[in-house]
Order: sequence, then structure tokens, then C-alpha cells
Amino acid sequence: MTVKQISVFVENKPGTLANVSKILCQNQIDIRALSISETRDFGILRIIVDDSYKTACVLKEAGYICSITPVLAVAIPDEPGSLFHILDILGQNNMNLEYTYAFITRRQDLAYMIIRVEENEKAAEILKKNGIQLVSQDELYLM
Amino acid sequence: MGHYFQPEIECASQEQIRAWQDERLVKTVKHVYDNVPYYRNLMDQKGVLPGDIKSVDDLHKLPFLTKDDLRDAYPYGLLAMPLTDCVRIQSTSGTTGRRVVAFYTQHDIDLWDECCARAIVAAGGTKDDVVHVSYGYGLFTGGPGLNGGSHKLGSLTLPMSSGNTERQIQFMCDLGSTILCCTPSYAAYLAETICEKGLRDKIKLKAGIFGAEAWSEEMRQDIQNKLGIKAYDIYGLTEISGPGVSFECSEQTGMHINEDHFIAEIIDPNTGKVLPEGEKGELVFTSITKEAFPLLRYRTRDICVLTRKKCSCGRTHIKMSKPMGRSDDMLIVKGVNVFPSQIETVLLNKGYPANYQIIVTRVNNSDKLDVQVEMTPEMFSDSLTQISEREKELVGALKAMLGIYANVQLVEPKSITRSEGKAVRIIDKRNLY
Ligand SMILES: [Zn+2]
Repeated sequence: MTVKQISVFVENKPGTLANVSKILCQNQIDIRALSISETRDFGILRIIVDDSYKTACVLKEAGYICSITPVLAVAIPDEPGSLFHILDILGQNNMNLEYTYAFITRRQDLAYMIIRVEENEKAAEILKKNGIQLVSQDELYLM
Repeated sequence: MGHYFQPEIECASQEQIRAWQDERLVKTVKHVYDNVPYYRNLMDQKGVLPGDIKSVDDLHKLPFLTKDDLRDAYPYGLLAMPLTDCVRIQSTSGTTGRRVVAFYTQHDIDLWDECCARAIVAAGGTKDDVVHVSYGYGLFTGGPGLNGGSHKLGSLTLPMSSGNTERQIQFMCDLGSTILCCTPSYAAYLAETICEKGLRDKIKLKAGIFGAEAWSEEMRQDIQNKLGIKAYDIYGLTEISGPGVSFECSEQTGMHINEDHFIAEIIDPNTGKVLPEGEKGELVFTSITKEAFPLLRYRTRDICVLTRKKCSCGRTHIKMSKPMGRSDDMLIVKGVNVFPSQIETVLLNKGYPANYQIIVTRVNNSDKLDVQVEMTPEMFSDSLTQISEREKELVGALKAMLGIYANVQLVEPKSITRSEGKAVRIIDKRNLY
């Protein structure tokens, strides 16, 4: 059970992020989660949106290079130690974490984490076995 | 008036210079026609025989020679003497695929050394000077050229080569270097470091001979002020011999071409027509005393102006201006020749689009080469590590091709400036010309 994340190539210069958000806003696309990792010159903007297909289309049309990457989304109690708990499970099972980022929603009691590993299926199984609740694309859309 | 290394030559009358040129040109043309099939071919194609060249007035009848010819003929195709008579090889700096090798007999080396000795004397040098040579030694002609000139003059020669700034400055202080020879950008860097360390009073420099790359009048002022010296320009090409083809005198308003060894012409780079004195165009050289590697009408691609106006230094040889640009798209970065086509080749080989931009800047007196490359869907990945690795690979391939480090900048598609649909490939922010 994975969710679709849009990864966008962005240059590390003023206004880039604003420009992407403007395009999404003009197309009534809602951003659920967002993260950026960057080097000195460029970065990858990673977003979870309510309409992945439409987002990929409008960004491509605007000249951006993007790809859709399947990632795992998990719900965690919004309390100390939750993050460690999940990372610990992955680590103990030798799952190599490429990156992760968290976001919260209107549902006050839960926080969400996006997890990117090489083997999604295997990681999903391990998390489930350890009682971690995975979130589906539909659930994210409905938030 | 000043001092000269060979006054009878450097201050010879126009008639005398012309007489030398006429005689030596005729001899050289016959020499290459008889000994170099490549030339014989070129001349036959143009329907010129050695007998048609009776004086400098006939020079325009000869075909041009370009860097492409030198590459086609690599390595021995333009050699005019048996290898057994050659004693040295030098080569153009670091550029694979574009390498040119030049050969020298002992006689060629002697004359080259004399040319460089003239340059050192014109900069105020005598046998009592300590000549500090910080040009690179090796295939590059800078180090060997000035080293040879200094020996010829009888000065004390410090063959420092480039790099290790700390040691350069220490030797300068301890051994009392009086004349510094290096690239102008390295001179500026040394000047800055010497001032920062507060060692300005500890050095004994009085003059500098700086060449192998273009430099502005502002840069000259800066170096002169910081080091309290006079900074002289020197010009040359490996193809023609090396540094010392022409050099500046005390007037600092252009470089005297050693006309007893080289005939200079200015041509229209588009039509190849010879332009009258004083007009701006491409500089063309014919070497008339070389044995191993004589070049007839070699197109330098440097844009210059020639003038025969009387010079206050007393030398009578024609003067060329500092190069004011190039008639091709070659860039000289850190003293190394860089052609955009080389960068293009690497990009295409590595799967990038040929849509790129080269930006050259000068940061802290050192050239910096940035290559902007547009990202493509094929090259993009969700992993920063993967993109960075590909970027590193590209940097490595560029280094292998160019011989110098180029910083790669991945940019968004269609972000490279296009003027009238055509991409602007080179942005040189150094204001060299
Ligand atoms: Zn002069």
C-alpha cells in the first residue's frame, strides 16, 4: 500500500518554490505534504497532493521535470518517541531509509510520516507486523 | 632609449628588417616545400611554387595554415627536419583531441631563448637579475621559454614552476627575486598574498613579465600598485615557438614582434584578405627562421592591430596590440585552451542534451569555469544522491577532456538564455578584451 509522491527538479534560487505553488494553486491542487532536499545548486521538491496525475500534467506543461514516486505513508501518534519507534523498527530490519518527512493534518491526534525505502512492499509488511498504521492514497485525499 | 639584448637587430632599419625577411621567407618556403609533403600538397592545390615567392610581397600567395591542419598532421606531418636533428617537443596545454605538438632543433631552441632574452631585457633585466619563473614547466612553453631566455641573458634563474604559493613567496624574499615571470592571474594572486602577509617590503621585485592569457589594463595597474613593479606583457604560441614571439617595452603600449624571426599579417577573418596596417583583424604569423617546425601563414585566431609608429624605446620592430578578442569561440581559462565543442562532446557522450552554457568568471584573480546543463526527464531521479553522482561523473569527464576543473550546474529545462532562438553558449564575465 503506497501513496504517490510527486518529485520535482528545482533550481536553488529565489522564487522557485513560490512559482510551483502558484501553478498548483491556479489549478486548484491542494498540497497535503511537502519537503525539499537540496544541494548547493539544485533541489528536489517532494509533494503529496490531492490529485497526483493532474499535478504531474500541469507541472510538465509549465516546463518542470517531475516524476511520480511510490512512497509509504504512516500515521503515528502525535507524541514524543513515535518517530524513533518507527525508525527503530526499520533499522532493526535492515531497511535502508532514503528519506523521510512528517506532516500533520486537521486530525489533531495523529501525525503522518512519509517514508522512502527501496523495498516498499517489504517495509509495509514489517511496519504492519509491528502495529504501525499505513495510510492509503484515498485516506490522504480525504484529509 | 634603453637597453637591448641584440641592439643591431632590435633597432635595425626598416630596410634591413625587410631584407632579412625577404631572404629568410624564400629560404623557408623552399625548405618546407622540399621536406614537408603536407605543405607541398597545400601549395600545389593553390598552384603556388616556391619560385613564385620572391619576397614578402608574395606572402599573400601562400595558403593559410590553421589549427585544424596542425591536428590533421599530428604528430609528424609538419615536421621539416629528420627527428634525429630534433632535441625538444612542446605541446599546447591540456586539451585532449585538440593537442598540437611542436618540434625544435637546438638551433630553434637557441633562437627562441634569444627572443625571450630580448623580452627580459626590455623589462629592464640584466645578467645581475634574479629571474623568478613561476610559469608551468613541462609540455607548456611558458616555463621552458622564460627559463631559456634568462639563461641566455646570464641572469640567475629560479625555475619555480607554478603552485606552492607559500614557497614562491619565501624564495622571493630569501633569494631576492627581481623579475617575476608567470601568468597575470597568478601574478595578481601572488601580489594579493604578499600584501596580506605584509611582506611587500621584504621583496625586491622590480618587474614582471606576464603572458599566456589575456589581461586588462586595470589588472596591470592593480599588480603594479600592489607589488611596486612594472608589469610587461609577453605574447607567443606553442605552434610558433612559445612566449617571446612579441614582448612589451618600457612604453607599455603594445608588443614588439621579433620580425627577424616572424612575419606578421592582419587579415579579415571572414575573407582571408590582408588588411592594411592599423586595421583590426586576425593575426597571422609566418616563421622564417625555424628549422624543425616552420609554419607558413598560421592563423592565430587572435584579433589585433599592428602599428609601425616609432617607439620611444628605440626598437624598430612592428608592434601588435594586446589581443582584443578571438575570431573563433576558443576560451582561455586558467591558461588552458577550451573549446565549447569539447564540452558539447562530453555532454552528448554522457547522455545530456547539447543545451548548455559556459560561464567564465574571475574570482580572487583565478578563472572559474561553470557549465550550466539543463536537466532532462531521463537524467532526473527522485534520489538526490543519484543526481549528484551523475553530476560528479560529468565533472570527471569534463576534467578528462579539458584538463581543468569545471563546475557543473544543473538547471531547469529551458532556463538557458536564448537570443533569437539561438542559445548563448558562452558568457565571459572577465572583461578581458
Ligand atoms: Zn618599444
